[in-house]
Amino acid sequence: MFEIFGIPSGALFGQLLIGLINGSFYALLSLGLAVIFGMLNIINFSHGAQYMMGAFAAYLMLKYSGLGYWPALIVAPLVVGLTGVLVERLFLQWLYKLDHLYGLLLTFGLALIIEGVARNQLGSAGLPYVVPDALRGGQNLGFMFLPNYRAWVIVASLAVCISTWFVIERTRLGAYLRAATENPTLVRAFGINVPVMITLTYGFGVALAAFAGVMAAPIYNVSPQMGSELIIVVFAVVVIGGMGSILGAIVTGFGLGIIEGLTKVFFPEASATVIFVIMAIVLLVRPAGLFGRRA
Amino acid sequence: MERAAPLTRTATGKPSFLRANAEAIAFVVMAAGLIVAPFFTYPLFLMQAMCFALFACAFNLLIGYVGLLSFGHALYFGWASYLAAHSAKVWGLTPELAILTGTATAAILGLVAGSLAIRRQGIYFAMITLALAQMMFFFALQMKFTGGEDGIQAVPRGYLFGLIDLKNEAAMYIVVLVIFLGGFLLIHRIIHSPFGEVLKAIRENEPRAISLGYKTDRYKLIAFVLSATIAGCAGATKAIVLQLASLTDVNWPMSGEVVLMTLVGGLGTIFGPVVGSFVILLMQYKLSIVGEWVLVIQGIIFVTCVLLFRRGIVGEIAARFKG
Repeated sequence: MFEIFGIPSGALFGQLLIGLINGSFYALLSLGLAVIFGMLNIINFSHGAQYMMGAFAAYLMLKYSGLGYWPALIVAPLVVGLTGVLVERLFLQWLYKLDHLYGLLLTFGLALIIEGVARNQLGSAGLPYVVPDALRGGQNLGFMFLPNYRAWVIVASLAVCISTWFVIERTRLGAYLRAATENPTLVRAFGINVPVMITLTYGFGVALAAFAGVMAAPIYNVSPQMGSELIIVVFAVVVIGGMGSILGAIVTGFGLGIIEGLTKVFFPEASATVIFVIMAIVLLVRPAGLFGRRA
Repeated sequence: MERAAPLTRTATGKPSFLRANAEAIAFVVMAAGLIVAPFFTYPLFLMQAMCFALFACAFNLLIGYVGLLSFGHALYFGWASYLAAHSAKVWGLTPELAILTGTATAAILGLVAGSLAIRRQGIYFAMITLALAQMMFFFALQMKFTGGEDGIQAVPRGYLFGLIDLKNEAAMYIVVLVIFLGGFLLIHRIIHSPFGEVLKAIRENEPRAISLGYKTDRYKLIAFVLSATIAGCAGATKAIVLQLASLTDVNWPMSGEVVLMTLVGGLGTIFGPVVGSFVILLMQYKLSIVGEWVLVIQGIIFVTCVLLFRRGIVGEIAARFKG
């Protein structure tokens, strides 16, 4: 054990790790928000609730059908993503011509419905979800102990973030998407089915949230309010990063997670508020956000 | 009260008395109703409803007339109620001074939060106000004077101006009624002033307002501070009435609730927030037996309002009226 700035290295690296884990979730969720906003011009307030749905889907699958973590990691995002497709077809598609605010209000209402149902069905106490067998235990790195599951979360979310970035920025499909974001009418004129693309984009963004939820289940308890607490922080992350850039969302998410982790070590009282304070500072210094374009 | 709406003419060409004076008549009906109501239902419920109605009116000043959606109005409502409760209980201030203290706190917080939030537009504005409110929620959770999870309880209602005992329900009711009607008229006055016309111009087309030479940021900030201040006045009054300030009042569901009240009543209508808050409070009161389902019902109302009913109750009625 050695010390850095008077803090035992174990504690420091431990908090850094927690920061990275939180950062993975910030990145995954703000990425989903950015993708949805780019295509639908809607801020998806129910993103947190859909993250919670992912965690609950995993929990229910384990409880009632004995399907464990790995199937849940695939099935839960698919199922929740499908509900997203339904939501888009049933509700959101009627709002595109209106002020952005209505999209926010509608998805806020959806978030209340989802959270309310979860509370009624499952109670508001947290439910435990076990770490999968393959990822039990951990590695002793000499300066700290690294639980395998946490390492997996960081690697997996990085992989998902980077592949999303790759698909959007470097493939033909992504080019269609970006083009449709800029000028949907023109892209439709080229014979591309933009409404279907919009629907699937929303489904994909929601599936990302659910994927994050499944990964979060073994770390945090599964509880109905897990999403609403997180989503407000993610909003601050999005304000800091700006939603113009996919890579920006990822970098900001991880970066802020780390800063939050460090704050827990050096100034624990401020750890709950540090991201909001950073948001205020960024607004003062760079109103458009770190990666944002001036609207 | 001055006649604000442009005269709508009937088929015969003469402005009908009813239509020309609709707002004034509605105001008289509302005031009379609130004077009579305590003889028929619980005064405490009515006082609480009036506080929320004023809160919603203050919120509506921003969304309805400047087009700014603040998703963090619980910040001003809740912090004003903390300061009012604290100053009445610990500093021993008389209720009117306690309410003033709370209101002034909200004004200062509104100035700080507003000058940050107006740096971004549209959807970002909503997210910033929400995030700032959440930050102040955490401060309220951590600070000693707020009492954390317990809140500030058993706040004395005290003696108004040191003379009138507000433990008397009738006296308290009159105070709340005066504050509510005063706040309502103030907002009406703001909306129909030249200043209010500029706000509406910003709502309709901000770049154009800028090109006409208006410093729109300054107008937006003043509107934000006014809205925060009036919301604070409502929160401070509520703390004195209910003798309680708690985390519920600063937390994000409260911000959502005031949005819901205004949406149900009618965004951008002067009476909408009042109707909406009475409807929503009555619903919560009647539905308290169903427990957590209230959340689901609120969500369903949100979705229904946004999809089918965007004008709200008062907006729909006004639309019928104009026919």
